[in-house]
Amino acid sequence: MSESSVEPILVMEGVAKYFGAVVALANGSIELFAGEAHALLGENGAGKSTLVKIIAGVYPADRGTYVYDGQVRHFHGPHDSQEAGIAVIYQEPTLFDDLNVAENIYLGRQPLAFGRRINRREMRKQSRAIFEQLGVDIDPNRKAKGLSVADQQMVEIAKALSKDARVVVMDEPTAALSPEEVRRLFTVVANLRQRGVAILFISHRLEEVYEICQRVTIMRDGSFVRTDLIGDIKIDEIVRSMVGRDLSTLFPKTVIEAGAEVLRVERLTREGTFYDISFNVNAGEIVALSGLVGSGRTEIARAIFGIDRYDAGSVTVNGKKLKGSSPLRAMHAGIGFVPEDRRQQGLVMDFGIDHNVALASLGRLSHGLLLFRSSEHALAADWALKLRLKYGKLSDEANTLSGGNQQKVVLAKWLAGEPKLIIVDEPTRGIDVGTKSEVHRIIDDLAQSGVAVLMISSELPEILGMADRVLVMREGRLAATINRSDATQELVMMAATGQV
Amino acid sequence: MPLVAISSPLESNEEVPAPLDRHSLAFGAHSLVRWESALVLFFIFDLFYGGFTAPDFFSQNTIFFAGINFGLIAIMALPEMLIITTGEIDLSVAAMLGLSCASFGYLFEHHVEVFLAMILTLGVGAVGGALNGFLVTRVGLPSIAVTIGTLTMFRGLAEVILGTNEVTGFGGPWTDVGTNTIPGTPFAWAFGIFVVLALIYGVVLHFTSTGRSIFAIGLQEEAAFFSGIRVKRIKFNLYLISGIVCAFVGLLYTYETNTARYDAGTGLELNVVAIVLFGGISIFGGRGSLLGVVLSVIAVGIFDQILSIKNVSSQEQSIVFGILLLASVVLPNSARGYRALRKRFGPGSYTSAGVPESTV
Repeated sequence: MSESSVEPILVMEGVAKYFGAVVALANGSIELFAGEAHALLGENGAGKSTLVKIIAGVYPADRGTYVYDGQVRHFHGPHDSQEAGIAVIYQEPTLFDDLNVAENIYLGRQPLAFGRRINRREMRKQSRAIFEQLGVDIDPNRKAKGLSVADQQMVEIAKALSKDARVVVMDEPTAALSPEEVRRLFTVVANLRQRGVAILFISHRLEEVYEICQRVTIMRDGSFVRTDLIGDIKIDEIVRSMVGRDLSTLFPKTVIEAGAEVLRVERLTREGTFYDISFNVNAGEIVALSGLVGSGRTEIARAIFGIDRYDAGSVTVNGKKLKGSSPLRAMHAGIGFVPEDRRQQGLVMDFGIDHNVALASLGRLSHGLLLFRSSEHALAADWALKLRLKYGKLSDEANTLSGGNQQKVVLAKWLAGEPKLIIVDEPTRGIDVGTKSEVHRIIDDLAQSGVAVLMISSELPEILGMADRVLVMREGRLAATINRSDATQELVMMAATGQV
Repeated sequence: MPLVAISSPLESNEEVPAPLDRHSLAFGAHSLVRWESALVLFFIFDLFYGGFTAPDFFSQNTIFFAGINFGLIAIMALPEMLIITTGEIDLSVAAMLGLSCASFGYLFEHHVEVFLAMILTLGVGAVGGALNGFLVTRVGLPSIAVTIGTLTMFRGLAEVILGTNEVTGFGGPWTDVGTNTIPGTPFAWAFGIFVVLALIYGVVLHFTSTGRSIFAIGLQEEAAFFSGIRVKRIKFNLYLISGIVCAFVGLLYTYETNTARYDAGTGLELNVVAIVLFGGISIFGGRGSLLGVVLSVIAVGIFDQILSIKNVSSQEQSIVFGILLLASVVLPNSARGYRALRKRFGPGSYTSAGVPESTV
């Protein structure tokens, strides 16, 4: 490739990042050249986001070298990297709603006029010039509030250009865009390339990668796998490189005969989120809900558990229709819900382990009207033993535990209520490998004991390893149902991205 | 010389459950031990300060007047304690006292039978409390704005009902409750009522599932909701009860002063909040104990009494309350903030707790 003759603008080699004992990034390597659009691919948890945060200076690297513009760099925070000319555009841009577009672009470095007044006219003029270069039509005078996500991204890009950014990282920029908006973004990307900007493009949509990128770097399990010219690598090769590993031994899946139907979801619809969803889960069965982030998986779980209302359809548990929506009703019907966000939704982080385990069983633990900590303690001790929780004292706050042990506490909280159906949303996200397989074992044990399990996961290996059936969601609708025997990573991925 | 390695708690106890930790049977108590001991010290300081500087400090009068002057604030502090523990606030308590006073005075003036008038007045409290609860939980407005609004509204209603008239001459057996001691003791009735209610509130907060839910809501409302706790219902009920209790205090106030006026108890809401916060209840919710509030009531109530005995002006007393209020917000927060800072920037920063979970 022609660029290889010139010096790369950004080089990372063997970069690693640890959080305590958790390895977030083991070996991150990437080379960016001016004027290229470079795709960074990998499953969730492959280390892409950590790599990006090191590039942006959010985290310092614990190991490895980071060379930018011919110099070894140690950025102390995002401000440093921005100064140096690196801009990161996140999936959900963070503009100040009440400032106008031009003010957002020049925030903190407004052009000044006589007497240190902000030169608004100059600010507007420059903003307009940048938008013109980009070929987009946004009024610099309007408030940022109410801009579409696509326009917000454009403002962020304009901000990057106004700082003469030489590297622009785009983190799943197309996830929330309409087809036309994607087209416009791609025109802008081409435009940026011509100006010699290096673009690091993160996306789950492989067809987009083929369309706009010249090279691709694939990561897996926190490590660099390969970099290729996009013309030299086929889509199935990319997918295999992203997920490829031997899975059969990793997952303790026991296939058992499914029992009676526990959950039946019929024509469930929540406007703007998911439409016409029907499926069932039987006793002893693990059914996985797969799909890209934002495809409506979590929203379905929330609706079943009564967190959110739904507009049409019904949820039936053990032959009884759930009326109204409230978590308490869902619990009484026999549903447990291990939510996606452990720290906000799963646990009261400042509560002791015992209080957390008991939190969904307070009524049963009370003697008459009274509740004593000793009952909570006994319950927690019982479950701590069953789930092999590692802890100091049961009165220790949940925030003192590791991610995996926190997840065990959430599981214990729901298992204590002896649910008929348990919904687990991203059960192993942010958990180290050892505890991960323990969580898988717990889920398998549950299914074996006749509990119906509905599992949501972004990790394909986990889904293929654990599930009896895979439901694949795409843009709020059920795109495919795949049985365990037929399920392959490729098939699920194709269904999720709409390539079937 | 190498330092002795301290084994991590995560490794030290693999699978054997820890023995029951008896010192922490009541939730919240152990984390606040230091604050509560500070309150005990303040109480002891009261005794010395009062004993040395205030004439006739060690007398039954002090106990009685402290109870009568401070008992009403103390009773209103109890429902306030629960509301603040959920992370909300009720600033309309004293205005409800005034509305209750005015309603009762109006009914009395119009010759409604006393007992019935009392019931109706408590009903007014219930309606006012329910209004707060409705606006906070169903409409979803911030409680500080809602209760500032109802504060003004209740006080205005009181003035509409009673105008600037004073109703007096209540008399009857209830006057004893307002102005006398509990027979055979030096304690004012108000204080006795406070003690009984405090016991009930203490049991609710520390030894029932409702109490545990209140703490959970205050610490992490979303997790509480996801655990099947009926967050809105609990908050609504707390406002409802607060309204009723404050209306009841309005009745006590009427009999204590033998007067019903629309401006009864003006400004007391700040004393109520100050007492609760000084008792160690976190303004952010989720932390604190009944014991702290009781100690705060006693220590501050006696201090207040000493200032009265010494004829300190009410302005100066307000300054003291202001300082208490600030101290109770600043001190625990600065201690916690300091610990958090050390945790964040001390050795081994970026623990696993700092890993943001992202979907990239």
